[in-house]
Amino acid sequence: MKLSDITIGQYFPGESPIHRMDPRTKLTLTMVYLIMLFTARNALALAVGVLFVLVSYPASGVSLRLILRSTKPVLPIIIFTGIFNLFLVAGEVVWSFWFLSITDEGIRVAAFMCVRILCLIAGSALLTYTTSPIALTDGIEMLFSPLKKLGAPVHEVAMMMTIALRFIPTLIEETEKIMSAQKARGADLESGNIFQRIRAMLPILIPLFVSAFRRAEELALAMECRCYHGGEGRTRMRILKVSWIDAAAVAFTAAFFSAVIAANIYAIDLAGMVSEL
Amino acid sequence: MSPIIKTDGLSHIYSAGTVFEQAAIKDINVEINRGEFVGVIGHTGSGKSTLIQHFNGLLKPTSGKIFVEGEDIWEKPREIRRFRFKVGLVFQYPEYQLFEDTVYKDIAFGPTNMGLAEEEVDKRVREAAAFVELKPELLEKSPFELSGGQKRRAAIAGVIAMNPEVLILDEPTAGLDPRGRDRILGEIKEYHEQRSNTVLLVSHNMEDIARYAAKVMVLNQSRVFMYDTVESVFSRARELQEMGLSVPQVTKICLRLAQAGVEISPQTYTIKSAKARIIELLGRKRPNEAE
Repeated sequence: MKLSDITIGQYFPGESPIHRMDPRTKLTLTMVYLIMLFTARNALALAVGVLFVLVSYPASGVSLRLILRSTKPVLPIIIFTGIFNLFLVAGEVVWSFWFLSITDEGIRVAAFMCVRILCLIAGSALLTYTTSPIALTDGIEMLFSPLKKLGAPVHEVAMMMTIALRFIPTLIEETEKIMSAQKARGADLESGNIFQRIRAMLPILIPLFVSAFRRAEELALAMECRCYHGGEGRTRMRILKVSWIDAAAVAFTAAFFSAVIAANIYAIDLAGMVSEL
Repeated sequence: MSPIIKTDGLSHIYSAGTVFEQAAIKDINVEINRGEFVGVIGHTGSGKSTLIQHFNGLLKPTSGKIFVEGEDIWEKPREIRRFRFKVGLVFQYPEYQLFEDTVYKDIAFGPTNMGLAEEEVDKRVREAAAFVELKPELLEKSPFELSGGQKRRAAIAGVIAMNPEVLILDEPTAGLDPRGRDRILGEIKEYHEQRSNTVLLVSHNMEDIARYAAKVMVLNQSRVFMYDTVESVFSRARELQEMGLSVPQVTKICLRLAQAGVEISPQTYTIKSAKARIIELLGRKRPNEAE
């Protein structure tokens, strides 16, 4: 795998309604969506949650294939969680072998867990796919700005996040350059056991750290030269504005949330009716 | 004599098969002979860096072949490291690759990877350090304590210590002051003369190319535009200027003088030869003035 193939948290520029939403709305609604997923208590309610993400993706213009790509790195975690729940949840045994046994409740919990995690990742990936890192940190800063009154360094943390995000591609490029340079001197990065491989990474990590510190110092100097003194009294080039799209998105999410709650209650009634009969 | 490096229809396409597809080099056919000092010029993005990274197998061609000493280097991809020792590559700003706790160990990194015996490694480190004029006492220092110019020379020594048949340097003087620049180029020239190895020098400085190289490879829009002697390349000043390159300053002056009617050849590339010719012309004029 090439380092430059990493796509986690990558932004895909576009002009869709979701792209044009205010980052604060998107952040809040993503949080609401995560809560929605964990509120869902039965299959019907969860299906509503899945539908939410399935409707949102086409509206963003981001291809559905990207969801699959975004879930790839966490696939092992999903499988692990699934298997864990499958065997360890108590209930009526449906199948057993030696010390392993699967219960009906286990199947249900495992399936729920996997679907929830998948939706969770797909939902938060949608946020980063459609929001530029700068807009995202701006949104975070604004949302957390009430904490400034309590003395929390909100602006500083947001600035650090912006800088960190900005330097990811730079550092990836730098790593590739250093790797090439050491390979040109015969460094062998591909063979050997785990300890040899870790040792072989040293000629890459040391120059990388040195250059990261150098870049940090240069950046700090450049910021001071431009009179950066923190967030106080700082105006913005891009002023965040809430538009009718945000209102529509809030209404849309609220409708889905109500549907999930309704599904939860309705299913209980259904179970009650079945037992009455 | 067979060429030390030969390419056959070499092309490299970045991000092949996607919308970002971009050819970095297209259909390169060059032969570099043993013992030559070749200057490589071309404006930014012309494919110079991509091309030189093919010569030692850091990049794999999308199509075409590279032969080093007559061997197809990608015939057995597992043995590619062998060719990296034959073709030494010094990247731009090589001082950023230093990592060991002493300069000695850093220079020894390449030879040690070659699997040489300890005495041989020691010999090569000391020889390489001598070539780049690093004093023996500096070898025990940390590379991070050296000055900018010393760091650069230590990094170059790290490649020279592998004693490669071909030494490729990608803008070895970028960011150095004039004295540091002349020093490094002088050392490289001396290395070339003593070892009679092949040297490829990538540079944006036409004066340096004219002074040190015998042949010049001009890259333009991913292709080799010219590959000839310094004289014939710089005689095409107009074409070079059209592609955003230049000729040495002294050549520009001689061109203007020739246009003004002075009997000086516009094919003058070094200050030395221009000076000789001007002194000759002045010497010829004086007797007339005396009359």
